[in-house]
Amino acid sequence: MIWTSIKRVLRTGFVSFWRNGFVTAASILVMTVTLFVLGSLVFLDAMLDASLGQIQSKVDVNVYFTLDAEEAEMFEVRDSIAALPEVAEVEYVSKEEALEEFTRRHEDDQLILQALDELDDNPLGAHLNIRAKETSQYESIANFLGGDDALAQSKFKSIDKVNYFQNKDAIDKLSKLISSVDTLSFAILIIFIIISILIVFNTIRLAIYTAKEEISVMKLVGASNAYIRWPFVIEGIMYGVVSGIFALVLFYPVTIWLGPFTENFFGATNVFDYYVNNFSQMFLILIVSGAVLGALSSYLAVKKYLRI
Amino acid sequence: MSDDNKGSSHQTGPLINVNNVKKIYLDELSALDGVSLKVHPKEFVSIVGHSGAGKTTLLKMILAEEFPTEGDVFFADMKIHDLNKKEMNLYRRRIGMVFQDFRLLPNKTAFENIAFAMEAAGRGDEDIASDVPHVLDLVDLGDKIWNFPNELSGGEKQRLAIARAIVNQPDVVIADEPTGNLDPINTHDIVQILKKINDLGTTVILTTHNKGVIDSLDHRVVTMENGKIVRDDSHGKYII
Repeated sequence: MIWTSIKRVLRTGFVSFWRNGFVTAASILVMTVTLFVLGSLVFLDAMLDASLGQIQSKVDVNVYFTLDAEEAEMFEVRDSIAALPEVAEVEYVSKEEALEEFTRRHEDDQLILQALDELDDNPLGAHLNIRAKETSQYESIANFLGGDDALAQSKFKSIDKVNYFQNKDAIDKLSKLISSVDTLSFAILIIFIIISILIVFNTIRLAIYTAKEEISVMKLVGASNAYIRWPFVIEGIMYGVVSGIFALVLFYPVTIWLGPFTENFFGATNVFDYYVNNFSQMFLILIVSGAVLGALSSYLAVKKYLRI
Repeated sequence: MSDDNKGSSHQTGPLINVNNVKKIYLDELSALDGVSLKVHPKEFVSIVGHSGAGKTTLLKMILAEEFPTEGDVFFADMKIHDLNKKEMNLYRRRIGMVFQDFRLLPNKTAFENIAFAMEAAGRGDEDIASDVPHVLDLVDLGDKIWNFPNELSGGEKQRLAIARAIVNQPDVVIADEPTGNLDPINTHDIVQILKKINDLGTTVILTTHNKGVIDSLDHRVVTMENGKIVRDDSHGKYII
């Protein structure tokens, strides 16, 4: 009996979806637009994240060693830093690599190159390039290296300079900016999700309002609440799934069109590449959120008319 | 609700017992004022009265669409306003309802409208496939089985509504102004169908304004005025 009921509920839901014509078309249109806006926010958030990530990757703290520092001491310092939970990456640059990099960077500046030639020894010391997981964590790394207790330790005596304190203001500002943009984009996302839920709920509520007489008749012929409600829930899921597919398909030409623009604006992040690489994720977000929204809205909207 | 007292054929007392029911809306508007009415199995009862006399409110009480302010309604000794949701669904399946405005499901064909009532009553697919065409034949709609309600005339819509009302073999058919929107020929047809249903053993309660219908029936007539029953004649005429 339960299978017969499931079969009937599914059939009724699908048939109503198909026969409701104008109401179905209007609901799908509104839901497609809403899901498209929601999907656009996901894209925007991803673009913003990628851009901030790029900026973050350009920020680092350098630890310069004294010229007479032993390699073993420097490796000990490197390993201590790498063990910190805040640290994403530590790169050791030897004196020779530092000189090579310096020469390459100034290959067009004959004056500097001549000055280097006149020196007998390599004037550059080895150094570490440290990248933190978050920009806000540089201060604690610098404190670890530069604090009184730390400096008192013998292994840090080989450190000549930590450049965090010179760049502190710029790093702090950038850190605040990234944090603000993150918070703002999250808040906007939440606001739009709430607006989307309300729009979808109202659209489906209107669609079901047109069927309120039908629902009362169904009650009067003795249909159970579940038997009345579930076909509407199936119909709501259909609205969501079809709208999700439409929104997903619509993103294809739109992301192709916007791709070059986003690449310039967000720096090496092409929205079409993101769409292609994250298609399954976008598919899940749009289809599942559409289906869940449709089902939940239908469930709540029908409930109102079942109270006789 | 047990199956033991389900059928009206074994019912010895009244099938429907409306006991001193009052219905007051918004603390002052009295729609029913101490109405008592007993309807026995296989009876054909017509309820007449002006608009606002309380006929439809009385039917809503019997259908449990409305709750009385005072008094009780019993159906086969069950106090219907005390039934839980599941019992209420089972109870409503024992009543076939016909409305003036038909209240068909617009997006379902004639077949599906009737099949829905059967599905709601838990009937199987085989029963539905055999009974729906049969009941449509009974109301002379055998050739309209796949038509939607908007493709039917007023009389055909009402016949379809009657077919839906009787398909689960209810104990009672309640028809609220079923001829109100129909021309005289269709009115005659609908009354004949209701008489036929009653002749086959189903209790029928009919409300109407139509004097010709009442006078031609020669059955029990209950007259209402201002929320009260003012006359109850076993072979009554339309007298207001």
